[in-house]
Amino acid sequence: MHIAEGFLPPAHAVGWTIAAAPFVVHGARAVVKEVRENPESTLLLGAAGAFTFVLSAIKLPSVTGSSSHPTGTGLGAVLFRPPVMALLGTVVLLFQALLLAHGGLTTLGANAFSMAVVGPWAGYGAYSLTRRLGGGLLGGVFAGMAVADLATYATTALQLAWAHPDAESGFLGAAVKFLGVFAVTQVPLAIGEGLLGVLLFRVLTVNARPELERLGVLTPSPDDDAPAVSRDKAPEGDR
Amino acid sequence: MRRRHLGTALLVLAVVALFALPLLIDGGSDYTGTDSQATELIAESDPGYTPWFSSVFSPGSAEVESGLFALQAALGGGVLGYVLGRLRGRRSAEKAADTEEAGGP
Repeated sequence: MHIAEGFLPPAHAVGWTIAAAPFVVHGARAVVKEVRENPESTLLLGAAGAFTFVLSAIKLPSVTGSSSHPTGTGLGAVLFRPPVMALLGTVVLLFQALLLAHGGLTTLGANAFSMAVVGPWAGYGAYSLTRRLGGGLLGGVFAGMAVADLATYATTALQLAWAHPDAESGFLGAAVKFLGVFAVTQVPLAIGEGLLGVLLFRVLTVNARPELERLGVLTPSPDDDAPAVSRDKAPEGDR
Repeated sequence: MRRRHLGTALLVLAVVALFALPLLIDGGSDYTGTDSQATELIAESDPGYTPWFSSVFSPGSAEVESGLFALQAALGGGVLGYVLGRLRGRRSAEKAADTEEAGGP
């Protein structure tokens, strides 16, 4: 989903930077507030940032014969709500723009908007909706992670279609073309990312129960001193 | 507990299969990145467009680039492992303290 350096016309580059900036500033405040008020969150915040860092570095093959990378922004969005990811996602993008020539400074705004703003919010929406519909924590995490990934790439496709409309078919024609490149390839990756999220949450529900309860991801169980066996089953019964 | 391990194993297997399958089905493909495909698509549909800014720093070779990507993954993986290890260690310590309280003199 990285729009390459210089591939957005200046007006678009400036526009997306202005659009993304308030989210990133708000996200930075959210991170500082979280760390200051709940220092015990620092570990999980680190985990959320690290997760995006790993996943966005790995290019994976897909059934379409092309490869792409996951985004990993759904985890932090589910744990800490989306604003936090606006900062963490942008840090990852900046790292890749400066050191890897992947993405770019002129396209940082547009890339941050898709990966660090739209992705996390869409993922959080999917997570909340799934939980409200009775999908449970793990179902919600799967939906949240997968949708955050897909929404990011769909946004990139639309951003590119807007900047480079097709000579004949215009914006819609270009959107179909760019979505063809991004969205289809991304489906298996989104599923894989959802499954990784479920794996990670299975570990967290056992080992980081107090944090998850405080963050409102899990509701506190009445029998906190229950033996380990029933604790392990908690993600199933604790909705 | 055993069912839990089975679930974990199946999940890991599913993730591996999901990404191994494309390689088995179509081994001949060169798996170009979607990011560069999009760039090609722009050059094709908007031939008059020339990028007006280039990267401040580009890794000199593909080897250096993949090395830097590996570095990024290693940093993320390292931090993630550290956090999960600490959380797990904390829980074992709590458990040990609990049993000591309950069974101790």
